[in-house]
Amino acid sequence: MSTNIIEKNGPVLGADGKPLKKSLQRTLRRQKFRAVILIVPLLLFILITFIIPIADMLFRSVENQIVSETLPRTVVALEGWDIDSGDTPEENVFAALAEDLKIAAAARQHMKLASRLNYEHSGISSLFRKSGRKAKKWDAAADAPFKEKFLKIDKNWGNPEVWRTIKTYSSPYTAGYFLNAVDLKLGADGVAMRDEDQRIYLLLLKRTLFMSLTITLGCILLGYPVAWLLANLPMRTSNILLILVLLPFWTSLLVRTSAWKVLLQQQGVINDALVWMRIVDDANRLALINNQFGTIIAMTHILLPFMILPLYSVMKTIPPSYVRAAKSLGATNWTAFWRVYFPQSIPGIGAGSILVFILSIGYYITPELVGGTDGVFISNRIAYHISTSLNWGLAAALGAILLILVTALYWIYDRIVGIDNVKLG
Amino acid sequence: MSFKHLTLGICIAALSASSAFADDMTIVSWGGAYQKSQQKAYHEPYMKLNPEVNIINSDSSAEAVAKLRAMTEAGNITWDVVDAVASDAIRMCDEGLAMIIDPEKDLNPAPDGTSVTKDFNDLIVSECHIPNIVYSTTVGYRTDLVGDTPPTSICALFDLEAYPGKRALEKRPINNLEWALYCDGVEKDEIYNVLETEEGLARAFAKLDTIKDQVIWYTAFADTPQLLASGEIVMGSTFNGRLFALIEEQKQPVAMLWDAQVFDLDGWIIPVGLSDERKERALDYLRFATDTQRLADQAKYIPYGPARVSSAALVGKHAELGIDMAPHMPTNPVNAKNSFLFNFTWWADYRDDMDAKFQTWLAN
Repeated sequence: MSTNIIEKNGPVLGADGKPLKKSLQRTLRRQKFRAVILIVPLLLFILITFIIPIADMLFRSVENQIVSETLPRTVVALEGWDIDSGDTPEENVFAALAEDLKIAAAARQHMKLASRLNYEHSGISSLFRKSGRKAKKWDAAADAPFKEKFLKIDKNWGNPEVWRTIKTYSSPYTAGYFLNAVDLKLGADGVAMRDEDQRIYLLLLKRTLFMSLTITLGCILLGYPVAWLLANLPMRTSNILLILVLLPFWTSLLVRTSAWKVLLQQQGVINDALVWMRIVDDANRLALINNQFGTIIAMTHILLPFMILPLYSVMKTIPPSYVRAAKSLGATNWTAFWRVYFPQSIPGIGAGSILVFILSIGYYITPELVGGTDGVFISNRIAYHISTSLNWGLAAALGAILLILVTALYWIYDRIVGIDNVKLG
Repeated sequence: MSFKHLTLGICIAALSASSAFADDMTIVSWGGAYQKSQQKAYHEPYMKLNPEVNIINSDSSAEAVAKLRAMTEAGNITWDVVDAVASDAIRMCDEGLAMIIDPEKDLNPAPDGTSVTKDFNDLIVSECHIPNIVYSTTVGYRTDLVGDTPPTSICALFDLEAYPGKRALEKRPINNLEWALYCDGVEKDEIYNVLETEEGLARAFAKLDTIKDQVIWYTAFADTPQLLASGEIVMGSTFNGRLFALIEEQKQPVAMLWDAQVFDLDGWIIPVGLSDERKERALDYLRFATDTQRLADQAKYIPYGPARVSSAALVGKHAELGIDMAPHMPTNPVNAKNSFLFNFTWWADYRDDMDAKFQTWLAN
């Protein structure tokens, strides 16, 4: 048996004569390294399939290389044009444009650029469409001067607003999409609010946040009693109830939403029942769907299991002895619940609320089907820009704003409730 | 495992893998009854003529533009032929996602010798798009909820006194703005010029404001038939094929209001970036699926007018219901007395702008 050699004023030595502290550190390092090696494949997988594509998509919200890549000479020539002068550019700009357009039209790139500029100024698409066809046949030297040629194709080439748009959006990176996403625009005098008839995103953002908060509150109020019941009933009954809670999860989302349509329509089941019971007049049936009310109801129903399950798992860990002790010390039923039971279930409420809130902010199928005009979320506009208008820059900007908002709310939640306080079983 | 077993296993795997990829053609369409009609009129006859080809259906046409753009950026095109409406096709052509097709070279002329371009009669609106059907957005109304005088003009949509009750309109500016201006007194050929101006747009929105709270704005075209059947609305707009299914197949008390129907074109595009072999096969399919007899065959299953002039004479009866299809075609002269053709170039330019303003108007 070897013994530790303890010197009076030196470090503690291990069995092999090396300092114990260093041996310990080396062992811990090796353990950590082993743990990291086990995680690295998963980390790489998430990085490659999740984080990098999302970052790439969000990056589209600022990238604008298409203008300077498709029209390099025009962009350079426009540097000499005064954006506030109110005149059309000179012949050198048009000549540069003719050359760029000829190359771009041959490569079928000019309309991609035109669509991008068309988002900022309607009508630019047709300018490029008409000019691209003609420009393919032009010769740089022989067909000069180009200014009259362009003006003959379409007189809007003489509109300084068109050129202002091209010049404003000629830099490789632009804040234009983010400005558009909050109803601002790059106007003549810098950043300004958009016209009244085009301001929609801030309104939608407010509505989305308000409705998501309402849905979260509704889920808490409806889900708490159910979770309490599940946690406090004997095992057999509680299991059957749990199956009933989970069953809607296994039905398709569209089926559930369509079922709400049948129930909530003006000629639907609920209105028919109310008219039959003479609570409501036949001519004044309640409008329960195609408005905010319909969205809130349908989405509360769909997101309820996401609130019940975390609540249930937290409540299951609350020992019943505390409530009994409180009652034995003289507390009423209500005081025992509110001052002893409820504070212990707050982490469950926090976990459930975060889940429900984040899910509901990003929803777009249900609001699309039952929301009508005032129950749509901002995600509906994001979906429109991805699928139909192909304005992926704006969609990415709106998505980035949502991401920042949700991250900020999560940070606030962390400060108030604390992530580490969430016990999930 | 012995070396023999290993080599045998690898050979079998390689053989089966190659046969799985050989000659599978993915054709994208809209799903539902429309895709079924294409399956019966185009895909099955083509597969009978070319037994080594296997056509796989995908119903992603509603998302085709975005998905094709993503596929092209990723460099992996899994689709061979895509069914797209003309406005989507123009967008895809602009973005360089769809191949340019030469109608004279790649398609068959009419049986009586008419050239392809003449047979399609101005309906080839983009160099990437070959139309196969003309469908229209029309209004259907409940025959028992409109009182004694059924509506004959599109302006019945805006007439809340004669026809009280809810209406259903699509949640996008297309067609709604045109109908609003038309019923406000603007001449048909002036409508788009008026819409370009701010006052014209305000006028259209003012007209729509008169019925705004009586309108259910739908996004899925299947909503209007459901709302009509349940009696939730008195009249609503949707595709004529959906209304045909509601009236003739499901025997609901609904009738068609053909006035001011808006024609639109649906047809084929071929994505850019296919290998030569796949491109050849796609063009071969296109040649078969767009000839005169095939277009008339599709009309046996669904009431959408064939895009070719020469096909109109060959349109017969519905394959299952046995009724004559000609009176139900949107292109039938009786129905098309007062019709609009979707203005592709105008909407290609102004769609995004109009949509932003329309959604703002709706939200407020």
